[in-house]
Amino acid sequence: MSLLEVKNATLKFGGVVAVNDLSFNVEEGEVYAIVGPNGAGKSTVFNLISRFYDPFAGSIHFDGVNLLDLKPHQIATHGIGRTFQNIELFEQATVLQNLLVGRHRHRKTTMLEELFFTPRVRRAEHENREAVEQVIDFLDLQPYRNKMIAGLPYGVRKVVELGRALASGPRLLLLDEPASGLSVEETQDMRFWIDDIRKEMGITVLMVEHDMGLVSSVCDRVLALADGAKLAEGTPAEVQKNPAVIEAYLGTGAV
Amino acid sequence: MRIQFKTSYEHDIRLFPDWWSFIVYAALIALAVTLPYLLDDFYIGEATNVLIWAIAGLGLMILTGQTGQVSLGHAAFLALGCYSTIILLEAGVPFIIAFPLAGIITGVVGMIIAIPALRMHGVYLAIATIALSILADDIIVLLAPWTNGVSGKFAPTIDLFGFQIERWSQPGRFYYLVLAVTIICTLFYRNLLRSPLGRAFAAVRDSEVSAMAMGINIARTKAVSFGISCAITGLGGALMGFYAGAFNNETFSLVISISLLMMIVIGGLGSIHGAFFGAFVIAFLPQGLSILKDSVGGGSVAIPGLETGVFGMILILFILFEPMGIYGRWMKIRIWFELFPFARKDMFKRQKSYLKTERLR
Amino acid sequence: MPEPAVPATNTEPINGREEDLETLQLFVSGLANGCVYGLIALGFVLIYKATEAVNFAQGDFMMIGAFITLGLTNAGYMGLPFWLAAPLAIAIMGVLGYLLDYLVLRHLFGQSQTAVVILTIAIGFVLRFIAGAIWGHEPQTLESPLAVGDFRFGGVVLGFADVAVIVVTFLLTFFLYQFFHRTKLGLAMQAASQNQMAAYYMGIPVRRVQGLIWGLAGMVAGVAGILFASQGAIDPNVGLIGIKAFAAAVIGGFGSLPGALAGGLIVGVIEPFASRYLPAGYSQIAPYALLLFVLVFRPNGLFSQVRTKKV
Repeated sequence: MSLLEVKNATLKFGGVVAVNDLSFNVEEGEVYAIVGPNGAGKSTVFNLISRFYDPFAGSIHFDGVNLLDLKPHQIATHGIGRTFQNIELFEQATVLQNLLVGRHRHRKTTMLEELFFTPRVRRAEHENREAVEQVIDFLDLQPYRNKMIAGLPYGVRKVVELGRALASGPRLLLLDEPASGLSVEETQDMRFWIDDIRKEMGITVLMVEHDMGLVSSVCDRVLALADGAKLAEGTPAEVQKNPAVIEAYLGTGAV
Repeated sequence: MRIQFKTSYEHDIRLFPDWWSFIVYAALIALAVTLPYLLDDFYIGEATNVLIWAIAGLGLMILTGQTGQVSLGHAAFLALGCYSTIILLEAGVPFIIAFPLAGIITGVVGMIIAIPALRMHGVYLAIATIALSILADDIIVLLAPWTNGVSGKFAPTIDLFGFQIERWSQPGRFYYLVLAVTIICTLFYRNLLRSPLGRAFAAVRDSEVSAMAMGINIARTKAVSFGISCAITGLGGALMGFYAGAFNNETFSLVISISLLMMIVIGGLGSIHGAFFGAFVIAFLPQGLSILKDSVGGGSVAIPGLETGVFGMILILFILFEPMGIYGRWMKIRIWFELFPFARKDMFKRQKSYLKTERLR
Repeated sequence: MPEPAVPATNTEPINGREEDLETLQLFVSGLANGCVYGLIALGFVLIYKATEAVNFAQGDFMMIGAFITLGLTNAGYMGLPFWLAAPLAIAIMGVLGYLLDYLVLRHLFGQSQTAVVILTIAIGFVLRFIAGAIWGHEPQTLESPLAVGDFRFGGVVLGFADVAVIVVTFLLTFFLYQFFHRTKLGLAMQAASQNQMAAYYMGIPVRRVQGLIWGLAGMVAGVAGILFASQGAIDPNVGLIGIKAFAAAVIGGFGSLPGALAGGLIVGVIEPFASRYLPAGYSQIAPYALLLFVLVFRPNGLFSQVRTKKV
């Protein structure tokens, strides 16, 4: 059984078909990328998995659980973390606080305990902090720990968002354009991190990305989308050679 | 410049980040405790007033400053806390039970009211809460059998473990009661800030989508925020009732709601300090104005609308020039001194932002 | 109230007719009141359409408009002829609205709706204080040619002022609607509200457009003020009826001009009927109860808009 199984998912906005009868599986431990031209429905697929949208038809299963039975906030509880295309951080909070929010799905204490800050809450806070510090070490965020998000440069925000998703300790990580807007060096860092996330942390990664260099260097399999439907699926090399993909992605005439 | 060396995670978790701040707050509490020996009864009354407003402000701060939900209807919850305390006392419930119970009742009612309110955003929530504040006035009149309607009620003398506490005859005792409640509420607030729930509040305030993706139940978090906020506000309302001695349907009007919101904005949204700074302004504004009036020879002529007018003016100036409120200004001055002489002007520059609609049409 | 032609206890059919008349009278005077609410609500909608913010001081704008007219035309003040004073007052209100945006609101550019909400409430407080300081707190009446005389249709009595309110409100709504949907400037105003940055790139002078819309809202408030003052006495606190206009705007949906008018009429008509047929304590809560009802069940107004954020 695959970790994530999307079957015949279809979504329409008004008359526009955003996702058309799309099926794909993500296996445990792989890095899987969705590529396609703008408006192909890549982010929409993520938002379907995050349950921000209800699919018109089809099913989405994660580790045997039907995601369509869940509410949006329960997705994280089942071990799916994500980042956003246009960075959605908590602006008026520090990097540390942002990462700690990532730990929210592990919250076991009740409101009453927290109001009195019982020893149990204190212990849990220490555990949260330790987990977050590991992420900070991993992503080299030490200099920014107590900085407000509102004042941080774009590249750092991108890393913080990745860190927040990692802090939740997910089994599946959804990365929406992790390299968009990053410099060459920053993209290089992102490549190593994604590699380590898979190899050292054993987290499965599903990502949407435009940068074919990044995709072909870190991904095991690639799904090419056009107009919400599957165009091709396979290893990066296979997909890049696929004539239909070349036509959709680069236009006719390009080789 | 004071540098903090952090040697364990406990530094960021414990109540006071370092010895210095512990000493500062301990000194502040010591001063607050000795205040009745330093000031005469009139000023003790004023200090009590500041603390009561601060409690109510802390309540609203949790909702507006922490969770980002505007309420212009908190006077309704002040009223609810006040009436339920007095009604419970009149039913023979001892104060030590009636007072917290009234807070809980207010909190639960607030949470129930919040459930439909959760679907509203920004402006709509503000308008709905205005309507709530106006309705509260009429509902108090309609519930005359319990509330005594327009003729109102008198706050009885408080009996706490055999101590008789009355605002006019023993202002010192009443001050200590209010001080104790203030400290407890502040502690609750501080505990929230350093625990997952408080972070969830801030997450909902800053980005609902990503809060949802982090596993935060938006609806429930907002409802809980409403509940805690209303409970604390209710306690403030009860104390307000005792402070005023008598109250009726018009005591907790829409103007009180608006003043409370303006107060926390002036003080500084999103901080405990802000509630206290704001309370100082709102409690001492009438005194300040009457002193000013005397000095320009205005004498005792009452000018209707003067206080709210000046208060509005202060608020406009703050939103324009110091949107972070008094607390923001205070932090800047502190940082300037701590870094002296290395502070630069552009350190405090505001970022340009553009409003983008969340409306699709 | 119409004068009963026959003693009320006389015969059944006449009683029935009288009740019909009373209903009609309530309805018509409700319409006249509702138009004032609608006019204030128009101001809300104008500013909401262009800036995504709500001017909580719109009711106080109306009050100021009424007092400026009164100051210009009443014999005790400047004593100008009404037909000169009225357009002058409307022009002054337009300038006032523009200046308020230029001096205050423009500095809030890009800040949250909440900041604007609180700021405009504060502006309302200040305006109320200023009006009280200049014109006093005693109720005064505008010496308006509209305030004298009334129409009688059968048994229904309708003041000139009421008729004027109804006519002017409908005309104004029509013209504003045309303005937003037909003219380039109107469309630019809508674009500016929905994405300030994109509007900038498209070459729309967002700030100036915003100033113009505040001026326009000021003028609408001036019209509302003159008409309101013609209906009865005014004092610095009459701006509080702006709260009922909220109900109107919410019922109509904040984005729609005809909706605002419809909402105003609904609230205006409900009021007299509530006070006629509901027990004393319940009648004045009717508009607010309706407002909450709409907010809870149609959170974005009866003519609702989709409200989702793209991520």
